[in-house]
Amino acid sequence: MNKTIRFKLNGQSKSLTVDRKRMLLWVLRTDFNLTGAKYGCGEGFCGACTVLVNNEAVRSCQFPVEDIDGKEVTTIEGLTKNGNLHPLQEAFVKHDALQCGFCTPGMILNAYSLLLKTPSPTRKDIIDGMEDNLCRCGAHTRIIQAVQAAAEKMKGGTRQ
Amino acid sequence: MKKRNPHDMDFYDFGPAFPLSRREFLKLMGGGIVILFTVGDPFLLEAQRQRLPDDFNAFLRIGEDGRVSCFTGKIEMGQGVITSLAMMLADELEVPLDSVDMVMGDTDLCPYDMGTWGSMTTRFFGPPLRAAAAEARAVLIELAAEQLQTSPSELRVEAGVVYHTSQKQKKVTYAQLTQGKKIARRLGKEAILEKPTDFTIVGTPVLRRDAVDKVTGKAKYAGDYREPGMLYARILRPPAHGAKRISVDTSGAKKIKGTQVIEDGDLIAVLHEDPELADEALKQIKANFEKPKGGTDDKTIFDHLLKVAPEGEVVSQEGDLTKGEEISQTVVEKTYLDGYVSHASIETHTALAKVEGDKATILASTQSPFGIKQGATSVLGFPDKNIRVITPFVGGGFGGKASGQQAMEAARLAKLSGKPVMVVWTRAEEFFFDTFRPAAVVKIKAGINGSSQIALWDYSVYFAGERGSQHFYDIPHHRTKSHGGGWRGTPGSHPFGTGPWRAPANNTNTFARESHVDALAAAAGIDPLEFRLKNLKDKRMIRVLQTAAEKFGWTAAKIPSGRGCGISLGIDSGTYVAHIAEVEVDKKTGRVEVKRVVCAQDMGLSINPEGAKIQMEGCITMGLGYALKEDVHFKDGEIFDLNFDTYEIPRFSWLPRIETFLIEDRNAAPQGGGEPAVICMGGVISNAIFDATGARMLQLPMTPERILKSLSEK
Repeated sequence: MNKTIRFKLNGQSKSLTVDRKRMLLWVLRTDFNLTGAKYGCGEGFCGACTVLVNNEAVRSCQFPVEDIDGKEVTTIEGLTKNGNLHPLQEAFVKHDALQCGFCTPGMILNAYSLLLKTPSPTRKDIIDGMEDNLCRCGAHTRIIQAVQAAAEKMKGGTRQ
Repeated sequence: MKKRNPHDMDFYDFGPAFPLSRREFLKLMGGGIVILFTVGDPFLLEAQRQRLPDDFNAFLRIGEDGRVSCFTGKIEMGQGVITSLAMMLADELEVPLDSVDMVMGDTDLCPYDMGTWGSMTTRFFGPPLRAAAAEARAVLIELAAEQLQTSPSELRVEAGVVYHTSQKQKKVTYAQLTQGKKIARRLGKEAILEKPTDFTIVGTPVLRRDAVDKVTGKAKYAGDYREPGMLYARILRPPAHGAKRISVDTSGAKKIKGTQVIEDGDLIAVLHEDPELADEALKQIKANFEKPKGGTDDKTIFDHLLKVAPEGEVVSQEGDLTKGEEISQTVVEKTYLDGYVSHASIETHTALAKVEGDKATILASTQSPFGIKQGATSVLGFPDKNIRVITPFVGGGFGGKASGQQAMEAARLAKLSGKPVMVVWTRAEEFFFDTFRPAAVVKIKAGINGSSQIALWDYSVYFAGERGSQHFYDIPHHRTKSHGGGWRGTPGSHPFGTGPWRAPANNTNTFARESHVDALAAAAGIDPLEFRLKNLKDKRMIRVLQTAAEKFGWTAAKIPSGRGCGISLGIDSGTYVAHIAEVEVDKKTGRVEVKRVVCAQDMGLSINPEGAKIQMEGCITMGLGYALKEDVHFKDGEIFDLNFDTYEIPRFSWLPRIETFLIEDRNAAPQGGGEPAVICMGGVISNAIFDATGARMLQLPMTPERILKSLSEK
C-alpha cells in the first residue's frame, strides 16, 4: 500500500509516495541514488547499511521506510558539510581505519550515534558500541583509534 | 618428484590475450610518453609466451598534462596496492604522489593480467614498474637536455621539474616536455633504478589514497552503478548442492507488475526495476527439488576425504625416513583437521551487465577481470574484443572473488532480457556459492633424537594444497607429500565449490606443522623457543623469531607452563613471519580470550610500511576467526550457515592487543604482504592453549566445545 511520507534527507526536505513495506536501504539506494549505505547481509547482522534516523544509528535494511515519516535521515553523503569532512571521517582517514571500505560508511555513522550518547567513551564503550558492525578486512584496531581520536577532537568544540 | 620452491603457487587459469595490437593500442593512448614493460611474474611470462601477441603486458603514461597514469589489470580490494604501486611509480619518476593516477582492472584499457591474488602485486609487478618509471625518467631527461641545451648528466628532477644542477633557473616541467609528443618506448634492460637510500616516498608511511572517497560514500563498488532501464535480478536457487529441480511454476511471479521472468535451461530468474519487488517475485515461484541423500556432513567429511584421496605427490624429500625413525628417541604421531571456511567479504558477489548487439560491458566485483572476460566470451558467444570488463572498488576478496559466477549470470540475463541487469547475491547466496577454503587433513609423524633435534619428519597433507606444506627446519630425514592436489580438490572430494582463501593451503599447513613442532618441544621437555632455535638454520627465520621473542618479552619455560603463551612460524609469498600470542582459557566454559599477539615480519623492502602493518593487523584479526569460530556446517549438500548470525566472524570484542614489527631490509626485494601474517593464527593460538591447559588442539576451529572435549581427554 502506498503512502506519502515527508522527511528530511541530509538536511533537505523530501516527500515521497512509496510502498510503506519498502525498506529504507533500498529507497535510499534506488530512489535517491545514495549508495553509501551498503547491502551486506539483509538481516541486520552486519551494519553495512547503517544510517542515522533522528541521529540514532539504524539498520536501514530492516527499517521500514514509513517509519521515517516526519523524521530526519542522515547518510554518509550528508556527513560532509560544505566540503569539509566530519571529524569522524577525518579520523578514519588519518588512522587508516579502513581497507576495502565497504563497511566504512556504516562504521562511521554507528560511531557518530555512539559519540552523541557517549561523548567521552572509554575503549570498552567503543568496543561495546561498535560490536555489531562487522569488518572482514580486520581494520578493528584502527577503527577504535579513529573513534577515540574523533571523540577527543569533537570535545574541543568541533561540530557534531 | 616435483621440484618446487616453497614460495611457488598454483595458478594455472590464464585468460585470453590483450586484444589490441601495439599499434592500435598506441593510437588509443593519444599523446605523451608511454613506456611498455613486461611484468616478471613467472607464471604470466609462461602464459605470455603461449598467448600474448605482443611483448608487453603493462604500461605507464606521462600525459601531455604531465600527469602520470599506470595501467594495470590488478584490482584494489582493500589490500592497498592503489597506494603502494603509485608510491613506487612516483618515487622512481620523481613526481608528487598526487600526480599519479592508477587505472586498474579495466580490460579495454589495461593489459592482460591473470588476477589479483597470491600477494603477487608488489612482488612481481613492483620491480618492472619501477624500471619502467626509471626509463620514463631517462626519456624525459633526454628531452629536457635537448630543450635546455645541456647534457643529461647536468640535470636532475624534483617533483616533476627537471633542473640544471648548477643553474637552477634552467628548468622545464614534465608537462612541458610531453606537450605535443607521442613517444612510445619499450623498457630497455639498461634502466637505472633509484638506490633504495634515495627513496623519498617508498618506505615512508603514506595514508591510503582511496580513503577520502571511502569515508564519504563516494567510492563506488559494482552495486553502486546504475544504467538506464536497469533491472535487478533474483535467481531461483536449489536448497542444496546437488539438488535436482523436479518442477517449477513461475506464474505467481508474473503476477507482480513489471516482472520479467527468464527461464533458460538451468537459469530461472525474475527481473524487476525495484530490487525488493524482484525479491517478492522470486518468493512467488513454486519449485520442487529432489535433494541428494547419503552425502557427507561437517563431521564425516574428514573420513570421506581420506577415503577418496589420491596417491600423494612428493613435494620435498631428503634422507631416509626409516633411518630417521631409527635414530629418533621419541616419535610423535598426530592427525590434524581443518573445516570449511567462508570468505565472507561484506560485499557479496555483484555484477552489472549491459549487452548491445554483440557487445557486452560488465562491471564486476572481481579479483579476476580478465577471467570474467574469458568466461563471458563463451557464455555469450561474442568475440573476445567485444567484451569489456570494468572493476570498480571491490568490497573484500580474500580469494573468494576469483570466481565470477555472478558476472556470468548477469551477462546471460542481460542478453536474454535485452536490458542492463544487476545481480547482487544475497548473503545466503554468498554463503551457498562461496568457493570455500577446503576441509583438509594433515598427518604428521615426527621424531626427536637424544639431543632434542628433529630427526624424522613424515608429513602428508590431504586436500588443503601444498602451499606452506614444506617445513623450514633443519631435519635430516624428511618427506612432505600432498594428496588431492590444490584447493579445488578432485572430482567427488568436496560436496561444493572450494577455492583459494587468503594464503590458500598455508593456514592449514602452518597450523599442523607448528602445532606438531610444539608437541615435539613438549615431548623433549624444553622451551618451545629454544626448541625451534635448536632446529633452525635459516637465518631469516631465526631473525624474525628472535625479534618476535624479544618484543614479546619471552621467558623460557617447559610447556605446558600454565602461562598461556604460544609461538608459530611460517613463510608465505616470500615473506617470513613469527607470531607469539598470549591467551586465557576458561576451563569451565572452554572459552578462549586472545589477549596479545606479537608479530614480526620480514618482507624484504617494505614499500608502504604503514600499509604493510595494516595488512598484518588485518591478517591477525581475520585469522582469529578461522582459529576459533569459523566453520561451515552442512549435510548432504545443504549449507546451514547462511548469514552472520551462525557464521560468526571476528568482532571488536575479540581483539587482542596487536603489536607488529617489520624487519627493515631496504636492499632486499619486496615480498608479499597481504597474506603472510594470517597463516600463523591457528598454530599460535593452539600452542598458547596447550601452554595454558596442556590440551593439544587437533582441529580447527578451536571452539569452546572442542576445547572442553580436549580438556576432558587430557
